[in-house]
Amino acid sequence: MQIYLPIADLPVNIFLVLGMGLAVGFISGMFGIGGGFLMTPLLIFIGISPAVAVASVASHIAASSFTGAINYWRRRALDLPLGMMLLSAGILGTAAGVWLFTKLREMDQLDLMIGLSYVTLLTGVGSMMIYESIKAEMRTRQGMPATLRRPGSHTWLHGLPLKMRFKRSKIYVSAIPVWAIGFIIGFVGAIMGIGGGFLLVPMLIYFLRVPTATVIGTSMVLTLITMASATVMHAATNHLVDSVLALILMVGGVIGAQFGVRTGQAMRGERLRLLLGLLVFAVGLRFAYQLVVQPDDLYSLRLVGME
Amino acid sequence: MRTRTLILVAVLTACSIAPAAAERLVVSLSNHRIAITSSFVGDDLVLFGTIEPDAGKTLTRRDYDLVVTVTGPNQTLKTRRKERVAGIWVNVDSREFLRVPSYLAILSNRPVETIASPDTSRRLQLGLDNYQLTQRVGADFADTVPDDPFRAAFVRLELQYGLYRQESTAVTFLTPTVFRAAVPIPSNVPTGNYNVDVKLFAGGALMTRTSTALEVIKAGFEQYVADAARDRGLLYGLVTAFMALFIGWFGSVVFRRD
Repeated sequence: MQIYLPIADLPVNIFLVLGMGLAVGFISGMFGIGGGFLMTPLLIFIGISPAVAVASVASHIAASSFTGAINYWRRRALDLPLGMMLLSAGILGTAAGVWLFTKLREMDQLDLMIGLSYVTLLTGVGSMMIYESIKAEMRTRQGMPATLRRPGSHTWLHGLPLKMRFKRSKIYVSAIPVWAIGFIIGFVGAIMGIGGGFLLVPMLIYFLRVPTATVIGTSMVLTLITMASATVMHAATNHLVDSVLALILMVGGVIGAQFGVRTGQAMRGERLRLLLGLLVFAVGLRFAYQLVVQPDDLYSLRLVGME
Repeated sequence: MRTRTLILVAVLTACSIAPAAAERLVVSLSNHRIAITSSFVGDDLVLFGTIEPDAGKTLTRRDYDLVVTVTGPNQTLKTRRKERVAGIWVNVDSREFLRVPSYLAILSNRPVETIASPDTSRRLQLGLDNYQLTQRVGADFADTVPDDPFRAAFVRLELQYGLYRQESTAVTFLTPTVFRAAVPIPSNVPTGNYNVDVKLFAGGALMTRTSTALEVIKAGFEQYVADAARDRGLLYGLVTAFMALFIGWFGSVVFRRD
């Protein structure tokens, strides 16, 4: 069944888009991420322009992370003060990202920037996760504990001023790295059309030593609010948010996530991280391939203005 | 006497140049308004027409040719070219096409180059190669030769999207003076006013021409959403964000297991 998308200006098969929402929702529920890094490329692949895809996926991620955040809130696995601190910088980052997005589109370099950011971020984060989880796997084989928890260990980040205490996460850190992480996630999310969960979770664990119990719930709150504000900003500045497309994706995503959560809970943490690492890395490689291999058509069109 | 001869000669010459006055085109479209609704997947219009003699005259010729040009609302487009820079493919060069039709169909009963001389074809913009596509070249505005790489790429891409087309069998004569033309409207057409220009040729010369119009509009829900996104972006964004929150909340309630 075909449905015409009012902003993307093309008809799509409603069941195909719903299926994509389900599949990405399943993965996002399983790994506790938004899944934007999968959804945006998929939409581009079925013919939706990158700009509309990035802008519309933001609202889809807002929906699925809201579902997740409510579930974590009920289990009290959510550090709201830490989330709010990340957020204050995250909104600034989102605004800066939307601004750069508009500029790059005018300069005809948006597709390139989206491609390059995907390659560097995804292959980088993906390979780090693969390395980390293989090491953990090997430690378990040798009969040692899988994760090396060093609660007392401090890095130079802990020497910075403006220290704050976050009770639920049981950490005492400077506000500066918290703000920096929030800004980066907001900025990257607005340009790439991703929530940034797969970036934020490792950053919070490795840099701020946030315990795994609160990290996913907190990351979901941040994702929720940055993506909701990215939706509003993209709609107000670029007029590219397709709410019909977003609605179909959301419905699929929310349903798929429920089944993903169950599958994810049945798996060991290290195994789960290895799988996510492989997935992230593979998507990164796919983008690298696209940038390096000669495109079928060297020419492309962009609409400047209608009369 | 002399002046009279001159006038007579002038009148005779005028008659021989413009025999066009003998024919008249009567055309009608099957539909003057195409509504894009949520189930829109493209449409096919039919243009019907007859060649009528002018009052008090009869048609003597039988070798008529028709060229129908359908143009959509004008738009400005950028054609960009990629080149390999440091191993990756980057848009390096671009050309702007100013106020070119967003939809252009050139339909005829036989290949346009066999209908009229190259000169006439160029003057009357018969065929995609002869259609005027203005480019911004530095500070100048000009159309280029048909095999200019940017122009060729532009036309090729538009052909791929189905927005530009040239069909030499789309016009069929039912009798020597009654014809029909199929006008394909693909699903990705822009909204706006479309012009349909019908030119009648005989023996390579333009006899007469007429035009009609059609309108492509978004209707119902599609129109409502598109208008809201364009005119009230902030409100539209807020509504979309709240819709996301509602769906997310709804999902967590429906699938709640504790």
